[in-house]
Amino acid sequence: MTTGQAEPMVKIRSLRKRFGSVEVLKGIDLDVPHGQVVCVVGPSGSGKSTLLRCVNRMETIDSGRIWVDGELMGYAERGGRLHLLAPAELCRQRRPIGMVFQRFHLFPHRTAIENVMEGPVTVLGTSRAEARRQATELLERVGLSDRADHYPAQLSGGQQQRVAIARSLAMRPKLMLFDEPTSALDPELVQEVLAVMRDLAASGMTMMVVTHEMGFAREVGDQLVFVDGGVIVERGDPREVLAAPKNDRFRTFLGQVL
Amino acid sequence: MEVTSTGSSAGSQDGEPSAQVPVELPIEAVRPPRPGRVIGAGVALLFLVWLAYTVIVNENLHWDVIVSFLMDGRILGGLWVTIQLTVFSMAIGLVLGVLAAVMQLSDNPVLRGTSGLYTWFFRGTPLLVQLIFWFNIGLVFPSFGIGVPFDGPKLIEWQANELITPFTAALLGLAINEGAYMAEIVRAGIRSVDPGQREAAEALGMSHGQVLRRVVLPQAMRVIIPPTGNQFISMLKTTSMVSVIAGAELLTVAQRIYLGNFEVIAMLIVASIWYVVLTTIASIGQHFIEKRFERGHAALGARVRRNLRPFAKEPA
Repeated sequence: MTTGQAEPMVKIRSLRKRFGSVEVLKGIDLDVPHGQVVCVVGPSGSGKSTLLRCVNRMETIDSGRIWVDGELMGYAERGGRLHLLAPAELCRQRRPIGMVFQRFHLFPHRTAIENVMEGPVTVLGTSRAEARRQATELLERVGLSDRADHYPAQLSGGQQQRVAIARSLAMRPKLMLFDEPTSALDPELVQEVLAVMRDLAASGMTMMVVTHEMGFAREVGDQLVFVDGGVIVERGDPREVLAAPKNDRFRTFLGQVL
Repeated sequence: MEVTSTGSSAGSQDGEPSAQVPVELPIEAVRPPRPGRVIGAGVALLFLVWLAYTVIVNENLHWDVIVSFLMDGRILGGLWVTIQLTVFSMAIGLVLGVLAAVMQLSDNPVLRGTSGLYTWFFRGTPLLVQLIFWFNIGLVFPSFGIGVPFDGPKLIEWQANELITPFTAALLGLAINEGAYMAEIVRAGIRSVDPGQREAAEALGMSHGQVLRRVVLPQAMRVIIPPTGNQFISMLKTTSMVSVIAGAELLTVAQRIYLGNFEVIAMLIVASIWYVVLTTIASIGQHFIEKRFERGHAALGARVRRNLRPFAKEPA
């Protein structure tokens, strides 16, 4: 399961999560080594988004452990006991983990560049001038230098999602989580977002991507994980598992999405 | 019909319909008669003229007295107190409202309960009763002090009778009552913000306070401001209730004058004229504020328009 050197960037062990009486994650083990792209696929309601949201503790967990870059998420272990982290500590843990949402969630009252500056200025205490300089660079990286002073409502879905990626990158993350980043986009806008993600992967960013884009998974993914009913049903090299799926449910799923 | 059909068929035969000059078909239609409209307008107009006539020729109204008191020093003093009471109690009410709303939405059950108790009590009792209560607070608490609670030693102490003037009692009553209503308005505003906004801000590592200040409240303002304008206009008139504790505002002053000169109706009309002037000015202000907020990010309207320009130029 572990590929490469020492500690993986993300290490998930026996993760369980329930919403009320419904258990959505029923024991997940997963490693995301440094610099790798792990694509998580599965039918809707399979728990794949919840899995992602547990990693940066947008959701609390019911049992199991999650480590990001060797640090236990959400808890501190002292004297053989787990202690819930104080809110300020949790904020510190979330800082280096970027998250991109299906529906972008840009701040509508701020322009594209102000969206990108928001994290560094508010959370890291970067000066506005410095934040603006970095934000300009990042917007250029996602190909939107000419849209810096536009409000989100004046941008297409694809452009909004690219700004959202730039906003996450402004925090200089070591891990990026993508929660169905192209699912809310018109088909012709999907590629521009995937192109940015491809560049990001090529630059060595560690990424967890919940997606329905099998082409992207095959081309960019180092590992593909198929989640169904709250458990990982199939995993492996995307090119191999997509070419010859072993599990019946995975085969049926692929038949539906491809 | 004939003209257009031949025109379009010719266009499609040539294969270049865009090169065609569009045929103009102006509409100069005759309206059907609408007698009900004319009759209705006539009746309403007649009524208004009759009303104006009876008011103007009525000798009991003493128009000369009304005019002479409109700019009376005492009336203008009362007007100033009314404006002060409105502005201060709205400002304090807004702060209390934000505080109560944030408490109401917190996950701490004690804070939620405290806030709930506040809105429940102050919306559940009449303002008039609250005003009289605050004015007579000295009967319950003869003195106020800063020091150790539960009857411990006091650092400073004031007598209620010195502290509670009609103005402070009015301010307390109006502001605390207003806060209870503002809390509901602010709460609705905060809840109108997409939860995804909070998540995006938290994912950046923002603290609860930062999420509220930087992301949630600025967006909630768009929902909060229009009803707050209504509350302000309403407050201008609600201040007249303070007359029960002789608050020295517009109505109290008008009452004092008519107790001396017996020009009851004239003085009430003088006060009403000023209330209408105040609410009209406030309504105009509200109209402009709402217009700005309807446009979304309107404080920056010019910037938005400038930003839109490249879109207009862009080929589709």
